[in-house]
Formats: sequence, structure tokens, C-alpha cells
Amino acid sequence: MDPKLLVTVILFGPLVGALTAGLFGKKLGDTVSMAVTTGFLMLSAVLSWVVFSSWTWGGLEPFTLTYLPFIQVGDFISNWSFRLDGLSAVMLVVVTTVSSLVHLYSWGYMAEDPARPRFFAYLSLFTFAMLALISAADFMQLFFGWEGVGLASYLLIGFWHHKPTANAASIKAFVVNRVGDFGFALGIMTVFWSLHTIQFAEIFPLVAAHANDSWLFAGQHWRLMDLACALLFVGAMGKSAQFFLHTWLPDAMEGPTPVSALIHAATMVTAGVYMVCLLSPMFEYAPVAKHIVVIIGAITSLFAATVGMTQNDIKRVIAYSTCSQLGYMFMAAGVGAYQASMFHLFTHAFFKALLFLGAGSVIHAMAHEQDMRRYGGLAKYLPVTFWVMTFGTIAITGLGIPGLEIGFAGFYSKDSIIHAAYAAGLAGDPLGYFAFVVGVFVALLTAFYSWRVAFFTFNGKARWTSEDLEHHWHNRDHAHDGAHDDTHAHADAAHAETHSEPDHGEHGHLPHESPWTMRLPLILLSLGAIFAGFAFHEKFIGAEQIEFWKGAIFTGAGNHVLAEHELPLLIEQAPLIAGVIGLLIAAYVYLLKPGLGAKLAAQNGPLYVFFYNKWFFDELYQATFVRLAKFLGDLFWKGGDQKIIDGLGPDGVSAVSLQIGKGAGRFQTGFLYHYAFVMLVGVAAILSYALWAWNV
Amino acid sequence: MPLLSLITYAPIVGVAAILALRLFGRADDPKTVNSAKWIALVTTLATFALSVLLVVQFNPADNGFQFVEEAPWFAGFSYRMGVDGISVLFVLLTTFLMPICIAASWNSITKRVLEYMIAFLLLETLVTGVFCALDIVVFYIFFEFGLVPMFLIIGIWGGARRVYAAFKFFLYTLLGSVLMLAAILFMISTAHTSSIPELMSHHFAPAIQTWLFLAFFASFAVKMPMWPVHTWLPDAHVEAPTAGSVFLAGILLKMGGYGFMRFCLPMFPAASHLFTPLVFALSMIAVVYTSLVAFRQTDIKKLIAYSSVAHMGFVTMGIFSGNATGEQGAIFQMLSHGVISGALFLCVGVVYDRMHTREIAFYGGLVTRMPLYAAVFMLFTMGNVGLPGTSGFIGEILTMTGTYGVSTWAAIVAATGVILSAVYALSLYRAVIFGTITNPKLSDILDLDWREIAIFAPLIASTLYLGVYPASVFNLTQASVDHLVAAYQAAIGG
Repeated sequence: MDPKLLVTVILFGPLVGALTAGLFGKKLGDTVSMAVTTGFLMLSAVLSWVVFSSWTWGGLEPFTLTYLPFIQVGDFISNWSFRLDGLSAVMLVVVTTVSSLVHLYSWGYMAEDPARPRFFAYLSLFTFAMLALISAADFMQLFFGWEGVGLASYLLIGFWHHKPTANAASIKAFVVNRVGDFGFALGIMTVFWSLHTIQFAEIFPLVAAHANDSWLFAGQHWRLMDLACALLFVGAMGKSAQFFLHTWLPDAMEGPTPVSALIHAATMVTAGVYMVCLLSPMFEYAPVAKHIVVIIGAITSLFAATVGMTQNDIKRVIAYSTCSQLGYMFMAAGVGAYQASMFHLFTHAFFKALLFLGAGSVIHAMAHEQDMRRYGGLAKYLPVTFWVMTFGTIAITGLGIPGLEIGFAGFYSKDSIIHAAYAAGLAGDPLGYFAFVVGVFVALLTAFYSWRVAFFTFNGKARWTSEDLEHHWHNRDHAHDGAHDDTHAHADAAHAETHSEPDHGEHGHLPHESPWTMRLPLILLSLGAIFAGFAFHEKFIGAEQIEFWKGAIFTGAGNHVLAEHELPLLIEQAPLIAGVIGLLIAAYVYLLKPGLGAKLAAQNGPLYVFFYNKWFFDELYQATFVRLAKFLGDLFWKGGDQKIIDGLGPDGVSAVSLQIGKGAGRFQTGFLYHYAFVMLVGVAAILSYALWAWNV
Repeated sequence: MPLLSLITYAPIVGVAAILALRLFGRADDPKTVNSAKWIALVTTLATFALSVLLVVQFNPADNGFQFVEEAPWFAGFSYRMGVDGISVLFVLLTTFLMPICIAASWNSITKRVLEYMIAFLLLETLVTGVFCALDIVVFYIFFEFGLVPMFLIIGIWGGARRVYAAFKFFLYTLLGSVLMLAAILFMISTAHTSSIPELMSHHFAPAIQTWLFLAFFASFAVKMPMWPVHTWLPDAHVEAPTAGSVFLAGILLKMGGYGFMRFCLPMFPAASHLFTPLVFALSMIAVVYTSLVAFRQTDIKKLIAYSSVAHMGFVTMGIFSGNATGEQGAIFQMLSHGVISGALFLCVGVVYDRMHTREIAFYGGLVTRMPLYAAVFMLFTMGNVGLPGTSGFIGEILTMTGTYGVSTWAAIVAATGVILSAVYALSLYRAVIFGTITNPKLSDILDLDWREIAIFAPLIASTLYLGVYPASVFNLTQASVDHLVAAYQAAIGG
């Protein structure tokens, strides 16, 4: 079939599904809405694999398909189009595969939710926006997709809109992303005014000639490409929850778990990484911006891992894990190993979606309890979930067999990042060694917190009672997320009675494995977690990478970080060793000495408090930005508008005439306002003078 | 066929019909009242149909004035009408919003309905005239008399403090107008013509330009409104009936931006260039200041009014950037804001009609009772924050880009407005729509009815259509904007 037709169906199928379920969901009913959206997503996923196969093995060449003009003003030209190249081909399968599995999973997870058509419509809308993002041929469609996925994220985080926490989290996500978009937009404008185009295909050939141009921005002269890339990277920091702009991602866990898996783990949050790789022809000419990327990525991976170790909410741990892994991807991109970055993005999508959906299965079984301190010993009740979560954990911690070079997904992708960082160090970039050290250390932390989740949840003694579960089921008030229903609870009651065990009492509820709609996606994703690295590492980062990427990723002349290097054995095996140490520590703390973790936490050491409170970022932002905005808002409104401007303007006119009439002596306050008015005029005058004098 | 005059004066036919009704029937007879409403609706719909015809017949390749009508008038003045790519879409916007205003007033206006309809029809004639006038005296007459019906709409059919708000509105705008009138008289006496196209090609000495610019600026800045002469707007909005707010935000504010593009840039290019830093400074302040003020409002309408001021800050920056990106963005932003802010005021009207309060704290949890309303309000909230895919985005990104070409500082400050708009708009939405209903008075509030759906439908369609396919607008405006920009750049030696 014509690949142009295929990609068009892939792109618009989810939109049709979203509109159908969103507009007519009430009339069509829940099942039809779910079937239509899931059906279109399955179709998109199958076709994406067709396109990806013919890309990888069939010799399909890159193309750009243009549908309609979007914005055309002078040189500012953008089209609605579909750009197929190595990067978008990879993202196609990632996005549609995870999305279709999440759609299927949601049949089970959201089974009792009254607003399912809306939920499925949002999921499909998200998928459409994400596909528009990855297939953009210019900055405007990219921005459309970029903010479109932000909208879907906002709607889905706040899906249970009766929960105040969910509403707060959704606004936070949108606003923090807008802070990123602030930089992104300025980056786009910088590119436009310097290169006079916003089309990727026209920008890239111009970069080499203009990278060193001097560019006046905010009163300073900058090296053009460093400035442009740094500004664009601010956008990536927002979307990919990097340090300083990360605060929204953990809160985004207020959304239903399938959403966390799809949007806040596998796809949307990787958009920033994708953008940096897509713009590799620009970043390769922006050494300073690349250093910023490395530093931010490294700090993020370290920061998030330290926080993740201390959290007790299973979803929050995985959220911080995502944040940390995204940091790895940026480290890779920053040292110039874009291929390794994309490879980790690819494998991470499978194992992180798996971990989230597995966590969802646990949460589902535990009547929406998310605190791991109330889990324990669940392996025998949830055998499938237990095994897939274990696979996912092996994948993220990067276990494999040294020498044979066989391992789970993370073994290939994460190790390649750490090795590339070392290679960058060898090539003379001191930040390469920095990234290497951070990468190895974070690998240890990653293993610790990931195994902590696994052991804490599935092993040891049960720290819950059937009464707890019953209590949860019967108190499903609006404080909980409402995905349960009485029929569910009754079925479970019946279930529990036939299988009741002595230690949980006659009428106890027991955790039960999830329905097949939830198990099947878990099993399929675990295949990805196991095999994605082994199957594709030659294509992404190995000998066949040139034929695979077909020019989608540009590496500068001096960039050989991904070439085969003879590394010392200790360096070569450092990530694996770190992962094993992390595993052993977690096993000691949570398997051999149960209760030790709780004891350590109870001591409340300063470092623990610091990590547990997420380095106090929320408090800091609350105390500065939020308070400042409120203070200035009130000041401008009550002081500026009401007292000064109105006081002197229309109200002042009538007040003065009144005063003259009365002969009253309230001159003092009037004086104050006149003085303030002169000040305001002065501020405006100074500002205008500055703009004029600096000619900026 | 004098199409422009036909469009401009078609509403007068409706006025005459309603007056006839008044003569032959009793003003408080429900039948008469109902007929008056229908007359107004049919008249405005017919006018809209005529302006669609105008746009269809408009030749986008021609950068001059089209549909020109000219007739000698009194004292050597001529009656001249014509539209170019800059004005033609404002005619369309005016006639598009007018039937919506009439339909929005259908049940909420109960006193002096006949007079109310007459006021709106007159308003339509006067405002359409502003956008069509090619003679500066004709322009001035339309521009000034446009104040009167709006003044009456606020002052008679407004809320509790309507008289205060109406006078504030009147005082502010009148102040600007007096200066503009003086400038117009001076221009006619120096250039010996009152024709706008001829005045555009007349070269005023730079020193004179400065004074003329300031006089026009005073008037247009108040209309926009620009900081610090914006404080009349929140009060006017709060007191105006819903349809009055829709028209005020949708059309009247655009007369300021249109004036800048029609008079200041082409007639006083040197002065415009000279004062660009001032305009940018005021716009930068407007964006940040009014966004923060909007964030702290407790009245839904006031919040949206302040957000209008912030959005107009983008427009003034785009206009005075003097490049095609900025100008196109400014025109687009004005059209888009006309649709989106009009729709937002209608959204306020929906709950005000039911509950008779605009206090944000009164509401909360409406989504449970009014899912359709929640969806509509969400769409326009997203338009207001400039989400790509809605028309709000196109104007914002283009005006910012245009501004960046002149001053990166101004673009940086404008871009913070993109963050702040999300803060206030989403906070408002959350407070009104999300959560659970805690106020017992809301427990049986009803969702949108068919009349309201019919009112919102065209606004929804325009917001999305313009957001996805803005090229349809740029095709019409491009030639005239390029002409304007080329002349301006030549005049300032850029």
C-alpha cells in the first residue's frame, strides 16, 4: 500500500475516534465509544508497524506529505503535513503501540467509571496530537502538537474533576509547561528572524553557515545557534519535566493510571527528547547549549532518583523514575549520542508503560490504595502482575549477561548512554566524564528504588488486611478516584468467600488478578521490555545505524561517541555493577531485614527529609512565584487601577469638584495619588526611553 | 450596486420597522415586543448575508480600496466609502456578531425592548460605517456617534452601577475624541482634502506628525484600551448587559486598532516610528499588569475584561512592529479576540441569566449539572489562552514574532503573557466549572438550551476554523498589509 495513505490513516484515525466518542459518546453508549476509539488505535498501531517494518527492512525512503497550508505570512510559512523519517518512524510505533495497549487496558481499569466515552475520547485526542507533533515538518505544527498533548494531559490529569487535588495538578501541569513554552516560542522566533524560515528542511542546511553569527537578544550579543538551541531546550525541559520545571510531573499522577503510563511515562514526556534529537543538526553546532542539556539532564536524573528512593506512593516512585530516565536521555543527547537517546526513549516506553500499568493492576487489586506501606506479599495473589513487574524492573535496572551481551531492554540502551558519556570524556569533553559518573551512580539508585518497589509490593508479609480492602471498597467516596463500583465489590465479596483464607477471616476481601483486558497489554509490553533492546540495538546504535536513521539524525564531524571504543573492563561493566549493587542493597533492606527501611525513614535524617520533601521545590515556588503573582496582582488592581489611575482620572475629576464645593481639606491623600501618578508616568517614560535608546 | 452603503444602512430599515411597530402598537404588548425582536434578528441576519456577499466579491489580489462609493456632500466634503484587505473582515465581524447579540438578548432583556433593539441596530450602522468610511469627516462622525448607542445600552440596560460605568466610559472616550477632532480639522486645512486615500499619500512634516499622532493616539489608545487608560473597560463590562459586553469586546475595542492601522501608520509614519518605544512600553506593561490583575478578580466578567486588555497589548505591539508578521498577527488577533472574548462574555451571560450573579465564589462544580456548557466554556478558555488549534494562538504567535523583529525585550515580556493567561483563565475555569456543587442554589441549574447552542455554534465553528485554517484570512489581508508595510518602511527608511 502507498505509505502516504498509510501514514494519513495512522494520523487521522485517532482523531476520528476522539471526535466520535467525544461528540456522540452519550448517544452511542459506552461500549461503542470504547470500541471505536480502541479500534482506530489498533488500526493505527498495526499500520505503524507496517510502516516501521518497511522503513527498517523494506527500504522505505523519507518523505514529507503536505495536506494544507497552515500559517503563511511572508517567510513565516507553515503547512499541515506529515514528515516521515527515521525519528518519526520510531515514534510512530512507540506512540501507537503504547496508546492502543493503554486503550485496551482502560477497558478493564476504567470499567466502572461513568464517564468512559470522555476518557477514551481524551486518550485518542492525545494520540492524535502526539502524532501531529512527531510528524511535523516545521516549528508551527510541532508547536501545535506540543501544546495539543499539553491540553490532553491537562484534561486527563484533571479527569476526575471532583477531586480538588486533581484540578490543582492539572493547572500546575499546564502552567509549568507554559513556562517551558515561553522559551520554546522565543527560540522559534530567534530561528525565524535569523534564518527567515521555520521549515526544518530549510533550516538545517543554513545552520553551519550561521551558527557563529552574533545575535542581539535581551540587550546581549549571543552566539546564534547556542542561543536558539538553549531557548528551544527550555521548551523541552518543560515538556520532559527536567530540573526546575519538573514539579508538575509527580502531581500529574492524580490522573488515572493508564494516563500516567501513556502520557506521563511513555510518550508525551519524551517529546522534549524527541525535539532535541530532531534538531540535532542545530544542536551539533551549539556546544554551549549541548553542555546545558548534559548538565540539566544529569542533575535531573540524580535529583529524581534521590527523591524516588524515599517516596511511598507507588505511582510517585515510578513518576520520579520517569523523570530520572528522561534525564538519562538528555545526557545522551547532550554528549551527542542522539541515537542512544532515541534508543533509550524507545525501550523506556515499553518498560515504563509496563511498570505503570503493572502498578495500575496492583492499585486496582488493592482497592485504589497507592501507599506501598500498605502492600506486601502480593505475589501469590497477582501472579501475572508480579511477573511482568519483575520483567519491567529487570529491564529498567539494565540487567544482562556480561560477555554474552544479552540482556533486557535497559541493558542495551542505558549502558550505551553511559558508555557514550565516557567516550565523550575521552574525546576531550570534561562534561562527558561528569555524565558518566552521574550515570553510573544513578544506575545504582535506579536499581535500588526499582527493586524497592518490587520487593515492597510483592514480597514479605502482607501489611494490609482484608478489612482494609473492604473499608476502601465501601468508602469509595469522592475522595477516591471513583473507578470502582458496588457491583465490583459484590463480585469480589463472592469471590473472596469461596477462596477465603484463614488468616484473613471469613468475610475478607482478597486482592485479585486483573481481567484479561488489563493482563494482555501487560504481557505484550513485557515482551517489549524483554526483547526491544536485543532486537533493535544493531539498528538504533549499532552497525546498521546509518541505514536505519537515513539522515534523520545529524552528527558533527568530530562526534564519534557512538563508535566502538575499547573501554577498560571496569568502565565497560560499571553500569551493570552499579545495578547489581543497587539490587543487593534493596534486597538487604526490604527482603532480609524487613522493617529496616521504615526504621531508617523514621530517624528523619536531614538527607532523608530533604529527599522525601522533593528538595523543597514546591515550597520554594509557592513562596516565591505564586506569592509574588498574588501580591503584584492585588497591588496593581487595588493600588494601581483603583487608587492611582481612577483616583486621578474619572473619579479624581469628580472628587476634585466635590472638594472645591465642600472646601474640605482632604488634600493630603489627593497629594499622595498625584505623586504616585507622576511616578507611574515616569516609569512608562523611562521604559520607553530605554527601549528607544538601546534600540532593541 | 452601492454594497457598502447597503450593508451600512440596512439596519436602519429594521429601525424604521420597529418605529412603525411602536406607532401602531403598544410598546409593552408581548406581541409587539416579540415582533421587534424578530425584526432585529432578521435585519441583522440579512446584513450579515450582504457582508458575506461583500467578502466573496472582494478581490484579494487588489491592494487598494474596493467597492468605492463617492458622492459630493456639503461644504466641499464628499461622502466616500470603500474597503481594503484591512477593513473588509471587520465589516464581516461586525455583522457576524450582531445577530448573536440580538439572540443573546432574547430573554434577558425585559424592559424597553423596542428601544434596546433600535439601539443595537443603530450601533451596527455606525460601527460598520467606521470601517467603511473613506472620508475622514465621515469616519469621525461614525466613530463618535458610535459612542452614543453604547452609552445608552450600558446606562439604561446595565447593572446596579450602570450610570457610573456609562459616564466613565463616556468621559474617557470623549477626552480622546476632542483631541482627534482638532487634529482632523488641522489635517484637512493643511492637506486640503478630507479623503483618507489622499491623506495617506500626503506627507505631513515630521514635527507636525508628532502632534497629529498624539491626538489620534489619545483617542485610539482609550478605545483599545491601552494601559493606563483602560480602567473604564472593566467597569463598562461589568455593568453592560451581556450583548453589550459582547459587542464592546468584540467590535468597539477593534476600532482603536483599526484606527492605528488606517491613520497613524500610513499618515504619520515618522511619528509612529518615533513613538514605537512608548507604545511597546505601554503594551508590555498592559500584558503583565492586567494579566496579574485578572488573576486576582472575584467577578467573572471583570476577569475577562482585564484579560481583554492584556490581549489588546499584543495587538498594539503587532501593529507598531511595522512588519508584515506583526500586522497580519494584529489583524488576526483582533478578529479572533472578537469571536473568543465575545463568546466568553456569552458564557458569563449563560450563568448570569440563571443565577443573577457573577461572583466566582458563588459557582463551582457546574460540570456535574452542565456538561455541555462546561465543554463550550473549555473551548473558549483554551482560545483565550491561545492554544494552537484555536484562533487565539495564531494572532498571539504572529504578533509576538513581529514584535521580536523590532525589540526582543518586548517579545520576551509579551511571551510571559502566555504563561499568565494560562494562570488566570484556568483558575477561573476550575473555580466555576470543576469540583463538586456545594452551593445548594446551583443544585437544579440547567444546561444550555437550544437557543444558546445555536448562539454558540457559529462562534465555536469560527474559533476552530480560523485556528486550523488561518490562511483563509491571510489570503484576504495579505495584499493590503504588504502595501501598508512597504509604504511604512519606505517612509521611515527601514
